[in-house]
Amino acid sequence: MSALRGLHPDRYVYAILLLLAVAVPILNLGTAEGSAMHVSTYTVTLLGKYLCYALLALSVDLVWGFGGILSLGHGAFFALGGYAMGMYLMRQIGERGVYGNANLPDFMVFLNWKELPVAWWGFESFPYAMAMVVLVPGVLAGVFGYFAFRSRVTGVYLSIITQALTYALLLAFFRNEMGFGGNNGLTDFKDILGFDLQADTTRIALFVCSALALAAAYAGCRALINSKFGRILVAVRDAENRARFIGYKVEHYKLWVFSASAVLAGIAGALYVPQVGIINPGEFSPLNSIELVIWVAVGGRGTLYGALLGAFVVNFAKTYFTGALPELWLFVLGAMFVLVTLLIPRGIAGYLRKEQMA
Amino acid sequence: MLSALTPGLLWRRLFALCLLLVTQQIAAADAELPLAALQGLDFKAKSAAITAIAESGSPRAVTVLNALLDGRLLMRKADSRMVIVANSDAKPAISDALDGSDLGSEELVNLKKVVINNQLRLVLRGALARLGLANPDRAARLAAVESLAADDAPGTRAALTEALPNEHDEGVRRAMEVVLALGDIADADEAKRLAAVKTVSGSMLGEVRNRLAPLVAKDAEGKPLEPSMDVRVAASAAIREIDDRRAHYELVQTIFFGLSLGFVLVLAATGLAITFGVMGVINMAHGEMMMLGAYTTYVVQQAFPAHIEQSLFIAIPAAFLVAGGVGIVIERGIVRFLYGRPLETLLATFGVSLFLQQVVRSVFSPLNRAVATPEWMSGQLLIGDALALTWNRLYIIVFSALVFVALLALLRFTSLGLHVRAVAQNRAMARAMGVRAGWVDALTFGLGSGVAGLAGVALSQLTNVGPNLGQSYIIDSFMVVVFGGVGNLWGTLVAGLSLGIANKFLEPFAGAVLAKILVLVFIILFIQKWPRGLFPQRGRAAEG
Repeated sequence: MSALRGLHPDRYVYAILLLLAVAVPILNLGTAEGSAMHVSTYTVTLLGKYLCYALLALSVDLVWGFGGILSLGHGAFFALGGYAMGMYLMRQIGERGVYGNANLPDFMVFLNWKELPVAWWGFESFPYAMAMVVLVPGVLAGVFGYFAFRSRVTGVYLSIITQALTYALLLAFFRNEMGFGGNNGLTDFKDILGFDLQADTTRIALFVCSALALAAAYAGCRALINSKFGRILVAVRDAENRARFIGYKVEHYKLWVFSASAVLAGIAGALYVPQVGIINPGEFSPLNSIELVIWVAVGGRGTLYGALLGAFVVNFAKTYFTGALPELWLFVLGAMFVLVTLLIPRGIAGYLRKEQMA
Repeated sequence: MLSALTPGLLWRRLFALCLLLVTQQIAAADAELPLAALQGLDFKAKSAAITAIAESGSPRAVTVLNALLDGRLLMRKADSRMVIVANSDAKPAISDALDGSDLGSEELVNLKKVVINNQLRLVLRGALARLGLANPDRAARLAAVESLAADDAPGTRAALTEALPNEHDEGVRRAMEVVLALGDIADADEAKRLAAVKTVSGSMLGEVRNRLAPLVAKDAEGKPLEPSMDVRVAASAAIREIDDRRAHYELVQTIFFGLSLGFVLVLAATGLAITFGVMGVINMAHGEMMMLGAYTTYVVQQAFPAHIEQSLFIAIPAAFLVAGGVGIVIERGIVRFLYGRPLETLLATFGVSLFLQQVVRSVFSPLNRAVATPEWMSGQLLIGDALALTWNRLYIIVFSALVFVALLALLRFTSLGLHVRAVAQNRAMARAMGVRAGWVDALTFGLGSGVAGLAGVALSQLTNVGPNLGQSYIIDSFMVVVFGGVGNLWGTLVAGLSLGIANKFLEPFAGAVLAKILVLVFIILFIQKWPRGLFPQRGRAAEG
């Protein structure tokens, strides 16, 4: 059913992403600063952040909207992808750190460590780091999901143990002994693939990459949903036992979609880190993970485009409120949780569709 | 009587009279403690002055000597008056050393410090300890005896031997004897050493083990340093006993800490077990109910600043009512529209939790607030000579156990409990029998939230109260409920206590954070094998 849902919102999505990818670079680089048409680098970075969030929301919509798995730990996969990218960027600093040690990041010199921990080996190579961006979240989700789905942990229980997972990782990454920068995380990045991270052109390139990645991921998700796999997935979501009794290996479908979604979240994290310039354990906090669930809920789950819409709307509201009325933001967010679940359980996208049909 | 005046007695009388006069003179000179002798660089004179001050019997002696030890005794250059400074500011408040009268404040440059060296510090500590031996407070005397154990200053033995016959408290006497015997442990006479070892064995004074160690030590060639076999045997037996008892005390202490943490978890989780277990509703705002309970305690204390001792007894029902009331509002306003949609309930109640946190932040500021601990809850319960259990944790254990029992009784014996169980087991049937299911839902939710409020009162006695108080406990509480088995209060009790104790046992080896991670990982693995917890619900109710 959901596979047949309006094709034309998809066209909007591609058109908007394409427009962003073309227009923003031109308006940032091609116009003079101060002119009415100029898009500042700050705005570019902000939009780039939103695009990463949208990709993350897309990954949540895939598991929650289509797989019926409410993960309260997707922030963990995002953060792991971010850390993998952060580690590559840390290694790129080389001798330009405060301590000037070519082999060790500053915080390790500070902790008086003598050699690079095993977990950091190979991260000076970009392809290896990118492989880790995909593999670490994917494998973790695979192992976690294998155990969880095999023993048929479902519903609220699954939500809570995913929350416990991200909470455990939060505590672990806060420890200096883990070797990932502890409390401060990884920051002070200099360049990526030899390009200066502070340069406008690099920022534009990252922005375009994010837009393209989002478009590609969107197309991939749409293809997945439209495939036979996607239809069975929806069947599992709507009637798990019935699907099982018909003979489908329900666990396999859930496991694959959970892992695929974790990989998407990891990629979103990897694109996010070079744009904001820092990754720290705060990204693992359970609040982050649950907040991104609300993006999807606001936008409308089970539609894909709703997730993107929600990510943009909520984060735009967040940027506005935390800047102008910081006191009010949590009230707004809290109210959003309550009102969306009570009044528009299918989100903005669902509401619009209903209006259209009526 | 006069007829009995023999020459010997006469001399004694005369001597006593002289003594009396001398004492009176000292009393008269009270206001003139030999403070001047403390100035200058003649350390022998200083030492004598310290002894004189200590033996003067002046009520200011302890204050002056302590100030001297801390380097807070100074001379005002203008009039050579000895003063005590309150702090180390550039212009500290000063008071007169002799009578303690307030002298305003003075620039530090106009003051000259009384110089002391390490030897004088030793003398000072001995003198202070001896003064402590005469203190009317038992605990202060005991502390003084213990400080003498590590102190070999001349006169220590004399002070103790002097004080021993006047001491009436059994425990303090025993400590004094132990400290006196410690002096004999290195004596040349074998019989004295053996007697000393026998006396000190069984004492848990920290110094005892250090002093016994040389008796069982061996030199480079492996020959024992102590020539006597008997002394060696006695000493090693005494050391073993001390070590055994220390290990034993540590074990008891760990279990005690684990139990107190476990009972807080049980209290937090029973509320959750009611809403989650009995009603099948997941309440992510449960932690904020605890926070509200803790803040209620704070507000009650602020409202009655003069009655800190009793305010807890007002705070307990108040916290129950506040948290329970908010719980009922949440149930009627939000949760009841979402029955049968657990994931949506989770999100909506999470929204409520964010909302409540921000309310508290706006009203009370984001900073943590300290809740005062009443007098009767502070301090420690001393069992034996080395096992100290803090009263506040002890009371929390008792309080939590009482709440738990009350809750069990409520569910088991009252008509509300009957209705709650009936609605949980078969909603339609209960309604058909005339139970107002909606009303029971609201009351159950209120009850669960109220218990969380009580947990908040307990928590406020352990940590500071802040807007994030609930968040740090919510995941642990869920773990307890899931581990124990949903809908089973006994399971919650067993799970809470075992998780609390496991946490405290892991902490020494792994550190607090890693212990928590290990426990989380354990539970995640546990759910794989037993997805319905330790005590799963059986029968139809289990199909959910």
